[in-house]
Amino acid sequence: MSLLEVRGLQVHFPIKRGIVLERTVGAVRAVDGVDLAVERGRTLGIVGESGCGKSTLGRAILQLEPVTAGTVAFDGEDLARLKPTAMRAMRRRMQMVFQDPLASLDPRQSVASVLSEPLRTHGEKGPYDKRVRELLDLVGLPSSAASRYPHEFSGGQRQRVGIARAIALSPELIVADEPVSALDVSIQAQVVNLLEELQERLSLTYLVIAHDLAVVRHISDDIAVMYLGTIVEVAPSEDLYARPLHPYTIALLSAIPIPDPEVEDRRERVLLRGDLPSAADPPSGCRFHTRCPYRQPTRCDDEVPVLRTPEGFPGQAVACHWAEQVASGQLRPASSPVVATAPDG
Amino acid sequence: MSGDAGVAVVDEVPGLVDGTPLLKVRDLTVTFSSRNRTTVRAVDGVSLDVAPGSTVGIVGESGSGKSVTSLAALGLLGRRGVEVGGSVEFDGADLLHMPEDELRAVRGREIAMIFQDPMSSLNPVLTVGRQITEILERHRDLKGNEARDRAAELLQSVGIGDSLRRLRSYPHQLSGGMRQRVMIAMALACSPRLLIADEPTTALDVTISAQILELLRLLVAETQTALVLITHDLGVVAGMCDTVHVMYSGRIVESAPRRALFAEPQHPYTTGLLASVPRMDQPRGNPLLPIPGSPSDTLPWSQGCAFAPRCTRRVPESVGCPPPLLHVGSRAGRHLVRCVNPVPSP
Repeated sequence: MSLLEVRGLQVHFPIKRGIVLERTVGAVRAVDGVDLAVERGRTLGIVGESGCGKSTLGRAILQLEPVTAGTVAFDGEDLARLKPTAMRAMRRRMQMVFQDPLASLDPRQSVASVLSEPLRTHGEKGPYDKRVRELLDLVGLPSSAASRYPHEFSGGQRQRVGIARAIALSPELIVADEPVSALDVSIQAQVVNLLEELQERLSLTYLVIAHDLAVVRHISDDIAVMYLGTIVEVAPSEDLYARPLHPYTIALLSAIPIPDPEVEDRRERVLLRGDLPSAADPPSGCRFHTRCPYRQPTRCDDEVPVLRTPEGFPGQAVACHWAEQVASGQLRPASSPVVATAPDG
Repeated sequence: MSGDAGVAVVDEVPGLVDGTPLLKVRDLTVTFSSRNRTTVRAVDGVSLDVAPGSTVGIVGESGSGKSVTSLAALGLLGRRGVEVGGSVEFDGADLLHMPEDELRAVRGREIAMIFQDPMSSLNPVLTVGRQITEILERHRDLKGNEARDRAAELLQSVGIGDSLRRLRSYPHQLSGGMRQRVMIAMALACSPRLLIADEPTTALDVTISAQILELLRLLVAETQTALVLITHDLGVVAGMCDTVHVMYSGRIVESAPRRALFAEPQHPYTTGLLASVPRMDQPRGNPLLPIPGSPSDTLPWSQGCAFAPRCTRRVPESVGCPPPLLHVGSRAGRHLVRCVNPVPSP
């Protein structure tokens, strides 16, 4: 049984109009029918661009966002059906690491207080000094850090504090939302390596949400690609770069710059037209059809593609009517008129 | 390779071009000071050349001085508490000692700049059209319908469709990618000869970022505009720049044509950066090798190499006197490195 199982999850935020007679005039469909499962001890990466709903999905899984429809089952238990006391006990087992450690740590709280707070909240008896020292050691900070305050640390060290807080209650699942994107390039690798090391030592299960595909691919066993509230492709990390199937994944991968001029000069870029459509009024049929370079008349506009395993690609799942034809090269991308001519003097 | 202690070794100039460079920066130094605090030297003796039609990349992490270099060169730092030394020549004219009104004319007409966050560079209470026509009126003497039509043309040229209608939009009505396109359109309004782009795509999503970079690439190819691209992303540099300067703690530590830089990086900081980012095109199992410490663990350049506290190739000579920026191999290779114990070529 999977540790985490999400079925048909929807999170819609109502759009309201009027002051006295407030009425709902629509909804932003931030997450709109997501299925996923994470096995114990594995890492699932969720990638997508801003506004695709990946952060909302992570928060909804931890029940930090009201769920409109669908179920989140943790270790076989439907979280929505749990009574408040049972849910509280369940929260110990799933924790979150946030993007910006400076914003998620109270500036007036010492590190010792930050790390002992979850213990206190969940009714563990003090003194907490020993556990705090243990946690600091686990994340590679000196025990002298306990008496210091967040502003005294560098970005990378602060994120270590954030991670130490997340593992304080020995959780099983950690949802990490953009855990390294606020850090300097030379520091990101330190935190990525720490997350991997902790996963091994504490047998953690990770859900890593990020926009940087290279980082996500490095730490994840499987990757789910999100577009406008839905998952368009799920694949083992090794396969995703080697043979992306969904046109959006293909474009996303081709857009990521690679630090090697030889590779960069040879690459074929699939550029997308325009911007992400509004999640309050998603396009009909396949949500990607407005930007898709492989779009085929009528079917893409009318029929919603389901996430399926295409023929010849076991282990991968893709929500595209034409995945096989795109993969075989039978369909070619339409050239995208991204840039018009340069201005004359 | 090692400079003798006590003998002043003068830095070579990176990116030296044959003929006259369009932008010539020599020994640029920027010092910030506040009344009771110690002074901070953000840029420390930076020299570089930019030729017409070329793209020059400046790479560094936060605090490396990469943005301050360009702001100081254009006289955009203000005067209070800032001391700028050295020289900056644009097409033969000295930008650092130019009267303010002349400098403003050069900045509008000949040199343009785009920044990371277009929302804070655009005026939120004016329409996009008004902001573009303002530039055309000021620097190009275009008025009324003429200015409007030219503004629409500019939007079209950066890939914004339905441009006449878009001219009436306010910045908040546009997406991030669209706003950055507007910024580029404004920068292009006077067909500048030099465009400085400071992290132009950092705030954007990858697919949008690819569109903007493609736009800049075409611009350079078609109009011979010189482009200075400031970024922290080695991937962006690899695909865009002719010459790359890597900055650390206010100084250029390595400088080379892009192929040489990526094929044979010599400075331990450059190799460290390359080893610490995961690459999409390589097998997944490769471990990441982070650079230890953080950018704040630094040494003043006067006391040796600023990177020494984090460097795995540190030798006793790294500390003591500042390492000079010297050629690796022949001069023609234009590969310079500031290190007493550089990484051997693979």
